[in-house]
Amino acid sequence: MSVGGQTAVRVNRPPELVAEGEGGATPPPPSRRRGGGRWGIRAEIALLTGPALLIFVGFVIVPIAAAAYYGFFSWQGYGQPTDFVGLRNYITILQDPGFHDALLHNGVIVVLSLVLQAPIAILLALLLNRRMKGQSIIRVLIFVPYVIAEVVVGTGWSLILQSDGALNNFLDQIGLGAVRQDWLSDPSIAMGTLMAILVWKYVGFAVIILLAGLQGIPQELYEAAAIDGASYWQIQRRITFPLLGPTIRIWAFLSIIGALQLFDLVYIIWGQYIAPVAGTSTMATYMVANGRNAGSFGYGIAVAVVMFVISLIVALAYQRFVLSRDTAGALTGKGRRRS
Amino acid sequence: MTALTSTTTPIDEARPSREKLPWGNPAVYFVALLVIAIMLAPIAYIILGGFRTNSQITVDPAGWPDPWNVGNYLDVLTGQRFWQQVGNSLIVGVATTAGVVILGLAASYVIARYRFRGQGVLYALFAAGLMFPLTVAITPLYIVVRDIGLMNSLGGVILPQIAFALPMTVIILVPFLRAIPKDIEEAAAIDGAGRLAFFWRMVLPLSLLGVITVGILAFVQSWNSYLLPLFILNNEASFTLPLGVQAFSSQYSVDTAKVLAYTSLAMIPALIFFSLFERRIVGGLAGAVKG
Repeated sequence: MSVGGQTAVRVNRPPELVAEGEGGATPPPPSRRRGGGRWGIRAEIALLTGPALLIFVGFVIVPIAAAAYYGFFSWQGYGQPTDFVGLRNYITILQDPGFHDALLHNGVIVVLSLVLQAPIAILLALLLNRRMKGQSIIRVLIFVPYVIAEVVVGTGWSLILQSDGALNNFLDQIGLGAVRQDWLSDPSIAMGTLMAILVWKYVGFAVIILLAGLQGIPQELYEAAAIDGASYWQIQRRITFPLLGPTIRIWAFLSIIGALQLFDLVYIIWGQYIAPVAGTSTMATYMVANGRNAGSFGYGIAVAVVMFVISLIVALAYQRFVLSRDTAGALTGKGRRRS
Repeated sequence: MTALTSTTTPIDEARPSREKLPWGNPAVYFVALLVIAIMLAPIAYIILGGFRTNSQITVDPAGWPDPWNVGNYLDVLTGQRFWQQVGNSLIVGVATTAGVVILGLAASYVIARYRFRGQGVLYALFAAGLMFPLTVAITPLYIVVRDIGLMNSLGGVILPQIAFALPMTVIILVPFLRAIPKDIEEAAAIDGAGRLAFFWRMVLPLSLLGVITVGILAFVQSWNSYLLPLFILNNEASFTLPLGVQAFSSQYSVDTAKVLAYTSLAMIPALIFFSLFERRIVGGLAGAVKG
């Protein structure tokens, strides 16, 4: 509490200074407000939003804006950037096979995350949505991997999956010694290993979101279908899946963005040197390895800008082509979906 | 804690299904148990591995502890390194959570209940923050933190964490605060309660569920965070637990059993915290997605 508490409190003060600029932009408040008068209210607004605004602008907006600027320099990270190189960083990035690999890996991770997790998560959510004993404890346990830090699970998994680790030894013991693999360093297998770990870690999150979506489906629909004599799978196909659509699409969006930004698990298990060789590097690990760790801050920042642009394009395209269906359905009635 | 119990009880009572749950289909249990086994096996391996010796692990990497050996755990628990990192993580987590809740609530309150020009812009500004993941901003952020002299200090992790948690906080809290009826505010004003009194007596209690959700999300994220501390903290004395685990595992890479013990102990706080607040975390995630 002490260190952070003090810093947080200290930052609380400046807004009174901000109040001038802030207050200037503030229109006269509605007359029905009582107490303090218009300047009192302006001061209140400045005082209450000031600290949050200051920290947000200082640590989110400024760095993002700075990124757009620093990306044009060949900069080692000290002093003012002087070596203006224009678009050279970006050209290098787009021509570097290392970046192409990382981008490809991100693409594979995006697709496989959706393809592998969605069916598993939907089946598990349907399973756990049944009313049965021990329901809540089962839900909690499935969620455990999601809660534990990436570092912890990464460290554990890398020990288990080493070539002389527990998994290979276990395979020997049950007579499947022929299946043993170099799970982490064989380039033809490593991506599969990464996907298995990712699914293990994040499927619980998908299940929780889907369970929340299932709770939102009106019970009467099921009762009506049951009265009409619909079978379990008919009910799921006609009622659950369509109504779960928005939830699935939002989860898929979060999953895609998460997969594009993936860093922790790869960096912890494979590290910056092994990941490219094993075929598990991502744009984010490429950024750290070739940026800060190589002393080329300008270059690293340019990579971040490329990552941001790619994420933005994907996000906008997704909203335009996938999420718009939800709003369109809401506006134009359900005609389109029914066919 | 008391607040939590008092807020969760009504939810329990509100559930229509007070009657006994049916046992259900045995096949469902079988699948559920299988899934749980897959989810928990690696975690169990890490915890059990800490009870083994290195020779046990070398001879039989997938075996059971025989005999059980608590030496690894005792070593970690009696060393000051582990506790220092727990302390650092706690400071960062608590300060981040406090900052997120206090600053986020204040800003959300203004956005939700005041009327002024620039209100929409303010909300849009925070909401836009969701578009900027930490990963993208990390290198310039590192430079900002270095330039204001917060390298290697916990403050250098806390302030950016608060900043990056604010968008989600504002988006979760604003609807809660908007939902408080105007009448209550006017009644309070007529009764002579100042705005501050109104805030403490009405706003805080009525938005408590949102505040708790936001606080838990901030704490769990802070507790697990890796990339930001990796950039900001280079000095072992300021390491948080995730950095500590990684440093320990590369330093003692030959001493597998001890690494496993260290790793297990590092996940215990998260597990305890999670089991205490599980319902809120789950509810918070679900709510954040639905909202």
